Amino acid sequence: MPVDVLPIADEAGADQEFLYTLNFGPQHPATHTTLRLVLTLDGETIVKAVPDIGYLHSGFEKLGEDLDFNQYVTVVDRMNYISPFANEVSWHHTVEKLLGIEVTPRCKYLRVILAELARINDHLLCVGAAALDLGALTAFLYAFNEREKIYNIFEAASGQRFHPGFSRVGGLMNDITDDVARLIRDFLATFPKAHADVVRLLNRNRIFVDRTKGIGVLSKADAISFSCSGPVARASGVVRDLRKDEPYLAYPELQSAFKVVCSTGGDCYARYHVRMEEIVESVNIIKAAVENIPSGPVNVALNDKVTIPDKTATYRSIEGLIQHFELFMWNRQWAPPVNEVYGATETANGELGFYLVSDGGPRAWRARTRPPSFIHFAAFPSMMEGHQISDVPAVLGSLNIIAAELDR
Amino acid sequence: MPATIDTLTTKFPGAFTVSAFKDNARVELAAETAPAVLFDLLKCLKDECGFDFLADVAGIDYLNYPGAADRYAVVYALANTATAQRVFVKAFANDPDPELPSAVPLWKGAEWMEREVYDMFGVVFRGHPDLRRILMPSEFTSYPLRKDYPLRGLGERHNFPTITRAES
Amino acid sequence: MAMTGYLPDFLVTKLDYVASMVRKHSLWPMPFATACCGIELMATASSRYDIARFGSEAMRFSPRQCDLMIVAGRVVMKMVPVMQRIWLQMPEPKWCISMGACASSGGVFDAYATVQGIDRFLPVDVYVPGCPPRPEQLIRAVLDIQEKVQRTGTIDAREFAARSAYEGPTALARELGAEEAIVAPGDYRTATRLRTPLN
Repeated sequence: MPVDVLPIADEAGADQEFLYTLNFGPQHPATHTTLRLVLTLDGETIVKAVPDIGYLHSGFEKLGEDLDFNQYVTVVDRMNYISPFANEVSWHHTVEKLLGIEVTPRCKYLRVILAELARINDHLLCVGAAALDLGALTAFLYAFNEREKIYNIFEAASGQRFHPGFSRVGGLMNDITDDVARLIRDFLATFPKAHADVVRLLNRNRIFVDRTKGIGVLSKADAISFSCSGPVARASGVVRDLRKDEPYLAYPELQSAFKVVCSTGGDCYARYHVRMEEIVESVNIIKAAVENIPSGPVNVALNDKVTIPDKTATYRSIEGLIQHFELFMWNRQWAPPVNEVYGATETANGELGFYLVSDGGPRAWRARTRPPSFIHFAAFPSMMEGHQISDVPAVLGSLNIIAAELDR
Repeated sequence: MPATIDTLTTKFPGAFTVSAFKDNARVELAAETAPAVLFDLLKCLKDECGFDFLADVAGIDYLNYPGAADRYAVVYALANTATAQRVFVKAFANDPDPELPSAVPLWKGAEWMEREVYDMFGVVFRGHPDLRRILMPSEFTSYPLRKDYPLRGLGERHNFPTITRAES
Repeated sequence: MAMTGYLPDFLVTKLDYVASMVRKHSLWPMPFATACCGIELMATASSRYDIARFGSEAMRFSPRQCDLMIVAGRVVMKMVPVMQRIWLQMPEPKWCISMGACASSGGVFDAYATVQGIDRFLPVDVYVPGCPPRPEQLIRAVLDIQEKVQRTGTIDAREFAARSAYEGPTALARELGAEEAIVAPGDYRTATRLRTPLN
């Protein structure tokens, strides 16, 4: 049949009757979690993508007003559940900023080491899951092998494999043992090979490159306008890394150990590359931190009245006992200034900040979270227009949307 | 930072107060002046002072807060991508119908954050392109993060039919 | 001599027994993964723990192909209708594992939006405690389901018809008092429907 027999809609008239709506989610394997997209399609091409979120909104911020600064760690852990320790660092960084506590040098280093391990964990899962959505199962399995090692480190350090709950106001739950140090050294020794394996699997993989290059481009101006941060913004050329810009914890001393990874591509491939390179930088940070870790106490001194004393001090000294009592009686605890403070750290997904309002009590009056996933997902509809429906998993995977952080 | 405050003072004399805590510099707009001044102030910060990055929009409910004059506050956390400075613009609003101008014309990213503030506090943003609930179901009637809403809700969470094994 | 020489020509057994034995070793899980437990579920399915060793490897995301729903993670108000619909879409015989503290009881999220245990709205067969449970615990739960299938399973799924009573919790600690509970307005069962037109 000659082509011209078929009625072809002129461009202006290519309107409603050819469009249909597809519901994507909320329970869909490519979303990994609970996102819902309402896609308006013209054949295979996405005309409009409208996200509908909130399928995991469980009231984190309301709980933050009900739990005290140490208890809320348990909940903060469950925000970005693939790098929990980074959230704890962010939360307690903000709380310590409010209370005006300077943590000990050893604690700073330990927090940096564990937060960077969490970052590696997060990037590994993001890359692995993105590859899995595009059909590469092996990279996912390799990534999960390494993640299990990181889980072992967290388990040896804190007793919890997944959500360590390791950080406390003014320090950590306890110091790490030699066992944990050995595990970290082993991990550092074996990890580069595994990383190289994943790189070899994906970097020049024809299918992977074809499905990610030029897909979901986010320009630099858009990245700033949409408030993107972290790897998503850096892949678009926004040179912004809080570890360099506003160094916190031990990063001022580790500035020479790492570089900020940037790219100008702005597409899924660039984001993948930035994540893979950031893993290398994180390994460098951990190496430098393990080399230079100072000795000394891991919690601030008992006299500062902010840290939970250990068992020995509680049972054998009157100061420890009194302080333990003070910190666990719900009407005593800390006495922060009646003020508000914003503290942010660079987590794996971007800038995770807490806007903490205090009324002088031991609980936050308002514990606002600045969730990177939420903000990145806001940019998703504009990145998606004009792409094919099969590009949705690629873009979702490269943005690393974590539903618990998205909906809180 | 002082240069920024000077710029604002010359443009908006008497419209705002300045406070600081630790490394946070805050520009506070009272509830009377906020609807008129907020948008121009944010625009001035963005265009003239280089604060081109909107880090966060946070809603706060100051009901029964010690020493609070107005009930709602919306905090715009701005950052400068070139110099890594931050400034916080805090605009107040009051019942019965808290309303503030929307910052969406300046930052696309403000759209969802303002929707979230509306969803949680009921602060209406004038000029917002698509002000709907974003996290709670659209049938939801209360604003959960207000201080007069109980932590465990009002029974909405159990408002569903039960399926027994024989029926399914 | 070949093995067949020792075997009888026929076996006498119950059809139900054979059917259950076959079923239990080919469970098809439908991972209803919402939050952290979903990542642990992925870890269970991936290299180290490898749930495939226990005959429940074929994870399918389409409820029509599955007979074991693993609810991993907290379920919130907006998600309950979705979960119920997916449960109703699954063909019989089907079972349900409630994985983790949040799915079983609300966990640490005792807040306005989180459902305090999915067993109020769904019949749950096995609860897995933990936040999140270790992969070994999930594997143990799958083994428990297998045992349950072997003990109670019938070839035409007639054992489910007897379970007509509500199996959820009857009295709950820290439930709302009568003075603060109101039946909230609004029909949340259609929460996935977009009421306002998308502009």
